[in-house]
Amino acid sequence: MSTELLMPQPWVVQKTERENEDVVTLTLAPESSDHGFSFLPGQFNMLYAFGVGESAISISGDATTNGSMVHTIRDVGAVTHALSAAHVGDVIGIRGPYGSEWPIASHTGRDILVVAGGIGLAPLRPVVYHIIENRHKYKDVAVLYGSREPKDLLFRAELESWKDHNIQVEATVDNATPGWTRHIGVVTTLIRRAKVEPRGAAAFVCGPEIMMRFTASELTGRGMNPDDVFISMERNMKCAVGLCGRCQLGPEFICKDGPVFPWPRMSPVMTIREL
Amino acid sequence: MFSMGRRDKAVTSHKFKDRIPGFVTEEGTKIDTRTFSLRGLDQLIQTLLDHGYQCIGPVVRDGVIAYDKVSSTADLPQGWTDEQSPGHYRLRKREDDACFGFVVGPHSWKRFLYPPERRLWQLQKQGQSFVRVGEPEVAPRYAFLGVKACELAAIGIQDQVLKDGPVPDPDYTQRRDNALIIAVNCTESAETCFCASMKTGPEAAGGFDLVLTEILEPKHAFVAQAGSERGREILDALQTAEASESQIESARAGIASAADGQTRTVDTDGLRELIERASESIHWGEIEERCLSCANCTLSCPTCFCSDVEDSTDLTGEHAERWRRWDSCFNRGFSFVAGGEIRHSTASRYRQWMTHKLSTWHDQFGSSGCVGCGRCITWCPVGIDITEEIQQFRLRDQL
Ligand SMILES: Cc1cc2nc3c(=O)[nH]c(=O)nc-3n(C[C@H](O)[C@H](O)[C@H](O)COP(=O)(O)OP(=O)(O)OC[C@H]3O[C@@H](n4cnc5c(N)ncnc54)[C@H](O)[C@@H]3O)c2cc1C
Ligand code: SF4
Ligand code: SF4
Repeated sequence: MSTELLMPQPWVVQKTERENEDVVTLTLAPESSDHGFSFLPGQFNMLYAFGVGESAISISGDATTNGSMVHTIRDVGAVTHALSAAHVGDVIGIRGPYGSEWPIASHTGRDILVVAGGIGLAPLRPVVYHIIENRHKYKDVAVLYGSREPKDLLFRAELESWKDHNIQVEATVDNATPGWTRHIGVVTTLIRRAKVEPRGAAAFVCGPEIMMRFTASELTGRGMNPDDVFISMERNMKCAVGLCGRCQLGPEFICKDGPVFPWPRMSPVMTIREL
Repeated sequence: MFSMGRRDKAVTSHKFKDRIPGFVTEEGTKIDTRTFSLRGLDQLIQTLLDHGYQCIGPVVRDGVIAYDKVSSTADLPQGWTDEQSPGHYRLRKREDDACFGFVVGPHSWKRFLYPPERRLWQLQKQGQSFVRVGEPEVAPRYAFLGVKACELAAIGIQDQVLKDGPVPDPDYTQRRDNALIIAVNCTESAETCFCASMKTGPEAAGGFDLVLTEILEPKHAFVAQAGSERGREILDALQTAEASESQIESARAGIASAADGQTRTVDTDGLRELIERASESIHWGEIEERCLSCANCTLSCPTCFCSDVEDSTDLTGEHAERWRRWDSCFNRGFSFVAGGEIRHSTASRYRQWMTHKLSTWHDQFGSSGCVGCGRCITWCPVGIDITEEIQQFRLRDQL
């Protein structure tokens, strides 16, 4: 790696997939072989659009696939817009991987709940891949996924295929549109439909903060050990290595102490307004 | 209130290892203490320049004592002092010729170790890809003349953040490793100083190459000790004499009077927990009524380290750069995420700043983030006083 601080390395776009109106998934390969790296589910990279800027984006691909990197990006502003517009053959800067991982590998022998809201499914997809590859090591597994409208659902075809691996997949939308025959309501309403008993299970949760709070309190209310609930946090960050100071939340730096935290470390700070 | 699973970092005190307390060692043996006159100070500056250092020291500029290049004692603020109180700073003529007869100005040494803005890198488009261009900047070799005790402590704290963490800032590290530090013990305090409470001063505790104490009695002179091999070599190159008992006594008395003269105090006992408990206090809202969210406190603070980066291209779009600039938790956009700002009220920003300084800094870096230099008190346009606000939180905590 370069000794220059915050220096991105060139990666080439291999594939682009449009997930919905404002989300695309990019598959990238390092331009030069010595830039390859391995990552753990839950970690993120800083993605650089030349001259435009940088954004923290979680890795949404399979951690065991060497040589390529998958990112799912929602177009919300200047940088994510430029990244979303990338074509096959374009070069994007990447530095990373950064941050803490979903501790899925240390929760074998357990029931697992994956609860996602909106773009929050992207950082959780590597968890599902890990489970599929090691399916015999886990007991009952359910993926509960909520989005605003049916057209916003990510990875739609893939969600169906997870069922082939003995994974319960439930999706819900806040606002149904014609043709939607599945659940309506916020994602927490799916918890009681999961064929996973919260007591003794572990949960991996990612979505808007309010959704994570309600999910965690619902799960712990139903008997899940708070230490077995994990959430992934988002804050403004520029460096991703604990130097720019921006991502602080109480005593934590989201970039280096997180983004994945056990619920008990976040619950006290998440209820304080504007912290 | 938040009491999170606290993860105390292996507590490395921000005080430096090579502590030299006073003029005798812990075993009671006398430390080699030299003395030289004003002419000797000129010789010292010249020696630093001869050794290839850029000598940075205090100068009078724009109505304040700032730090800048010095090439002789003529550049120093000889005969000047600073008068400070909440929201107030003024230079005043002294009745003597002291060169270091002031406390601290709006600048701190972080300006040199961690510049307010810096280009991190440049890239050039090459086909679809990009390559790095331009040579990395070579870090300057500074000799800092006149580093006060609180400033030394602040440098120690920034070392923890920028140099001794898991990902060090290479530029800071190099500037820091290059720097020669000549500390000067304070023999007077300003009304805004509270280093004695914060246990960072007024005597430099270590982490310097040389430490001077300026004495006016029995005669204007400097009393000097080496704190490192480099410092020893410099001191040996000067014409010095052994300091007399009366000179050492004069230095000791000056330092003691600086400590005794401090009117502001902070009770640090349980301070970290007090501020942690106060997270939902109504007093933040009371501060908000006065605070302008101007960020002066953070920019003048010698330990604040937050930054922003800006990426840009030239007109052709072929050449890109990344700049880093000091930022502040008081600025708009600092906490921006898609969907809006997290800390939009001034109350929440002030809470972030003060809680970080006095409480969460301990969790993160094993020490307080405040050294008691008083800059945030002086340079706050409305005179908000961190020591007074601490007192307010104490009072409310006892209700
Ligand atoms: C750990 C982590 C993982 C993330 N994973 C994903 C992901 O997998 N997919 C995805 O689509 N998004 C993800 N995000 C959010 C994404 O980083 C922001 O949406 C993005 O930075 C917004 O930048 P912008 O310039 O496009 O948007 P704008 O809203 O235009 O941003 C305006 C300014 O705010 C800054 N800004 C806004 N939000 C952030 C932020 N969170 N961090 C830093 N700067 C910000 C931008 O840099 C820009 O300067 C993640 C964020 C974090 C912290
Ligand atoms: S918080 Fe104020 S008194 Fe403390 S170190 Fe910073 S500027 Fe000095
Ligand atoms: S405390 Fe004073 S200096 Fe700091 S932001 Fe508020 S008004 Fe500005």
